[in-house]
Amino acid sequence: MAVITFSDALNQAIKEEMRSDETVFIMGESIRGGIYGVTGGLSQEFGDRVIDTPLSECGFMGAAVGAAAVGMRPIVQSLASFAWVAMDQLVSQAAKMRYMFGGQVDLPIVYRWSLLYGNNSAAHHTDRHYPMFMNMPGLKIVIPTTPADAKGLLKTAIRTNDPVMFFEDNSLAGTRGEVPDGDHAVPFGVADVKREGSDVTVVALAGMVRRALSAAETLEEEGISVEVVDPRTIVPLDKETILKSVEKTGRLVVADPAHKSCSVASEISAMVAQEGFWTLQAPIQRVASLDCHFPFSPALEKLVFPNEEKIADAARAAVAA
Amino acid sequence: MADATGDKELYMRMLRRMMTIRRFDETVKDLVQSAELVGMAHVYIGEEAVAVGACAALRDDDYITGNHRSHGHPIAKGGDVRRAMAELLGKSTGFCKGKGGSMHLADFSIGILGESGIVASALPVAVGAALASKMQGNDRVVIPFFGDGASNQGACHEAMNLAAIWKLPVIFLCENNQYAVTTHFSESVAVENISDRSVAYNMPGVMVDGQDVVAMYEAVREAVARARAGEGPSLIEARTYRFEDHSEGLNRIIRDPYRTDEELEYWMQRDPIKLHEKTLIEQGIATQEEVDQVGAEVAVAIEEALQFARDSPYPEPEDLLTDMYADMIPIS
Repeated sequence: MAVITFSDALNQAIKEEMRSDETVFIMGESIRGGIYGVTGGLSQEFGDRVIDTPLSECGFMGAAVGAAAVGMRPIVQSLASFAWVAMDQLVSQAAKMRYMFGGQVDLPIVYRWSLLYGNNSAAHHTDRHYPMFMNMPGLKIVIPTTPADAKGLLKTAIRTNDPVMFFEDNSLAGTRGEVPDGDHAVPFGVADVKREGSDVTVVALAGMVRRALSAAETLEEEGISVEVVDPRTIVPLDKETILKSVEKTGRLVVADPAHKSCSVASEISAMVAQEGFWTLQAPIQRVASLDCHFPFSPALEKLVFPNEEKIADAARAAVAA
Repeated sequence: MADATGDKELYMRMLRRMMTIRRFDETVKDLVQSAELVGMAHVYIGEEAVAVGACAALRDDDYITGNHRSHGHPIAKGGDVRRAMAELLGKSTGFCKGKGGSMHLADFSIGILGESGIVASALPVAVGAALASKMQGNDRVVIPFFGDGASNQGACHEAMNLAAIWKLPVIFLCENNQYAVTTHFSESVAVENISDRSVAYNMPGVMVDGQDVVAMYEAVREAVARARAGEGPSLIEARTYRFEDHSEGLNRIIRDPYRTDEELEYWMQRDPIKLHEKTLIEQGIATQEEVDQVGAEVAVAIEEALQFARDSPYPEPEDLLTDMYADMIPIS
């Protein structure tokens, strides 16, 4: 088992899948140069299957749909915020096409989105919009948080016959971890318990998993045992693992870097309130970004999104209730 | 390239397809009137020569995409009118098992990659299919059909630029029926002709009489030959006219008359089916009896299609969630 970075794990997954399936190709803006730190060097091996596009997100994200509809398996890379420019193609075409046409066509597309926050990029480059896509049936939504999951989930995403929204939290890009050798694929719809505990369950998403694990270390010293659950895919969502954990601990905190209203934290909270209500011993706590845009100033930005302290405070509140 | 002038088999096939579309959409109008057809319906009456001439220049394995006004395109491409009618009535035997309806006909088995109700939204998709043709090393071409209104969408311009820089086999076919609902294109297009926009994308742009099915066929055939030869995309503007309002029932809402009687009359005189019939007879390609015979056969075929649709079952409640995903997941 090799220790590699999150970005290198993604690179490996893309390379391996492109080697084994010649219908896989990748396109995006300045990806041959590897602007997102993942795809650099791919064009040397794969040539024309690595395509630099013009700044036309609506055009090339829609082109991915057409290519997939006739037998290709496109991977599209972009910054999460640029999805806004392509929303019609993502929603009206990628998400709806299969159903609307009565299942005549499979659309094996992976849209890879780089999520930025906490690095002073200001409001236009700081979007964590996976909950919006969770509200749009037809898309599968993946949020890996370790190098092993990044590789294993991306390989599954590329092999899946449906459009996948694959969110890569930029705060994890340089993090390192062990990645199993060989053909390592992680199934969708299977949450991972990243840390076992007995007093409170923290379901954490994206970069909040690492922060929840640090919070758990701190809380352990205070005598609070935290279980950290990483859903890994939010569509499909592994409800069973979350409900089982809450049944054990009786307390739930959901940590999500998305804006709080209608976040994945909201959805998971509602699901547990409805399906696991009698196992709860305390009110559910949502820890998410404030419903406020991300300001540029370093003095202000850090106040918007959740951190280790906010997660720890929520866990303490849940345990004290 | 062989001269198509007077090719009887081709000319009669185009007549039959135009008549089929006309009869189909006349039936749609009746079904809307009697409330048997629910939802929105946009008929193609008056514009038949565009789709028929264009699709006559395609092979079965070439691709097309359409828009909200697209009952005609699948019929022109050789789609089964029975399944088209069944789809419009929301029946399980329809192209899309009743899940798409009037604005979303598709038959991937013969290259009909589907229709988008969002104007211009299918153009990037068409470009993607063409990109696949190039990557897969086949010579299939793609025709996205779109209107004058769609030519003002960003998606249209991004699609044209992508096709041009990548030299993709796309024939952008703008059906300029002159009105985006009630707004004349001269109020919304900054150039005189939509075909002029090709200059910005370094591709040939031609204007064709969209009422003349033979002219359409010839123009598209030339663009298809270029595309197959790897010489890249073209833009064809078919100047045509929508004989009916934007959608069925809209005449009850629209209060400001946006077209003059004279204009309507002028274009009705240029009915593409009547013009083609005249060509057939004047050039001695077919007799009036042969033309009438096609009309009679088409009427029977559409009646049969309607009967097929009426006799077909609706989808069952258990069909609701199928087709959401290829690799199914729980749906709550």
